[in-house]
Amino acid sequence: MALLSLERISAQYPGAAEPVLSDISVSLGPQQLLVALGPSGSGKTSLLNLIAGFVEPSGGRITLDGAPVQGPSAERGVVFQDDVLLPWQDVLANVAFGLELAGVPRNKREDRAREMLALVDLSGFESRRVWELSGGQKQRVGLARALAADPRVLLMDEPFGALDAFTREQMQELLLQVCRRTDKPVFLITHDIEEAVFLATDLILLAPNPGRIVERLTLDFGQRYNAGESARSIKSDPRFIETREHVLERVFSQRGAAQRQERA
Amino acid sequence: MSSYEAVTGAPIAVPHAPRPVKRSLSTRWISVLTLVTLIAVWWAVTAGGWIEPLFLPPPSAVLQKGWLLATAGYMDSTLWQHLGASLSRIGLGLGFAILTAVPVGIAIGHNRIARGIFDPLIEFYRPIPPLAYLPLIVIWCGIGELSKVLLIYLAIFAPIAIATATGVRTVDPAKVRAAQSLGATRWQLIRHVILPSALPDILTGVRIGLGVGWSTLVAAELIAATSGLGFMVQSAAQFLVTDVVVLGILVIAIIAFAMEMGLRALQRKLVPWHGQAH
Repeated sequence: MALLSLERISAQYPGAAEPVLSDISVSLGPQQLLVALGPSGSGKTSLLNLIAGFVEPSGGRITLDGAPVQGPSAERGVVFQDDVLLPWQDVLANVAFGLELAGVPRNKREDRAREMLALVDLSGFESRRVWELSGGQKQRVGLARALAADPRVLLMDEPFGALDAFTREQMQELLLQVCRRTDKPVFLITHDIEEAVFLATDLILLAPNPGRIVERLTLDFGQRYNAGESARSIKSDPRFIETREHVLERVFSQRGAAQRQERA
Repeated sequence: MSSYEAVTGAPIAVPHAPRPVKRSLSTRWISVLTLVTLIAVWWAVTAGGWIEPLFLPPPSAVLQKGWLLATAGYMDSTLWQHLGASLSRIGLGLGFAILTAVPVGIAIGHNRIARGIFDPLIEFYRPIPPLAYLPLIVIWCGIGELSKVLLIYLAIFAPIAIATATGVRTVDPAKVRAAQSLGATRWQLIRHVILPSALPDILTGVRIGLGVGWSTLVAAELIAATSGLGFMVQSAAQFLVTDVVVLGILVIAIIAFAMEMGLRALQRKLVPWHGQAH
């Protein structure tokens, strides 16, 4: 049973000739980690913005628990690519920010924030200033902040895109651990193929002009990691490599088709 | 208006600014040396008798007069009372200006209709030198305290409102979205995200406003007042009491300098993240 569901969503910017997204239907249920993978221009960020409620679709329906999505809300927590923490507050206050907005008393919200910081492996960083943190640490705080508000679903907008390769791998593993412990459904967008294949329980591949779903895959590499297998052994597994190459080929064949179309 | 230069020209001191390894004489010492030289020249030309004390009294005479003014007073008030009168006027003007200009600036930066209403009004009166509309204010409100506070208020209002609007307009939209997706209402957004984001700009506006306000105040007191530093200088000039004039000018300059330094310190304390990569 789906918690979040998108039915035949399309989106178009005013004045644009072609829609950004066309006929997108997808659903997200408990314990799912849905990854939207696609090259730039395939509308993945638009898709996330639609679900988050930052923009409205030009057609179709988005529902959360059956109720239509209207505007941004704490039910749909977002982790952004860039650091969007508040520099005038320390780490603990940043994590507790959503609860403060909801009017949760200080003691309670700080306890909860400490718990979330522990979850992302940042215990001891409570009173740090935001600008003293590294890129990876900032993204962990961002994740803890989104989780502290206890959203129904977690939306992640290329959360590890700005990190170096080593930190990115660590963060991927951390995300899987967090998913296992919190059971939150996650919708994540990325343009990193390996990341998508590793993390996703469900993967949708988007192609541009207009943004549309060209392939859906159900994967289990993330679950294997959570069952105790090491990330390196999964990523060097022939089946993983095969899947990765398959997805890569699909991306290129789409791009080739588009180029042929342009030339014709 | 020296504060404009200070704001745009001199770099705002960053606590962790890298220090050049080798430097024979720091900038601060060069400044101190210049000041000392200037006073030494002042002392030399007056002590040598090249300039009549009527035109430029020696530093010692000015200091002595300062002591006399502080204890006995001039024109029915001591130096402290003149200073107090000027400071309370600028304090009142500044207080009202912050209370009104910050909300107006937020409205301009945040809301299309408010921008349509206030932008032309502010841009229209801002370039007018305050002393040009002082006569009108005197006709409307008399020569009492109200006129002077109103004049300073108007002089300070524009820079703070404009700086606030700029600050609000340059708030990182991603921060706004992040707060919205954490459930922030419109007011919470202003209170928790927009206002603190704009704070560095607001403080810069206050710095500029205070500089403009202080020069305006002293000028206003030259024209219509019975107390205050400007009045003290003006009435001393009428009786050719040059040492009081020089002393008054020095005190005016020192106060302006102290306010500027105080605000910079406040800026460092209130917005330590400003200039940091975050």
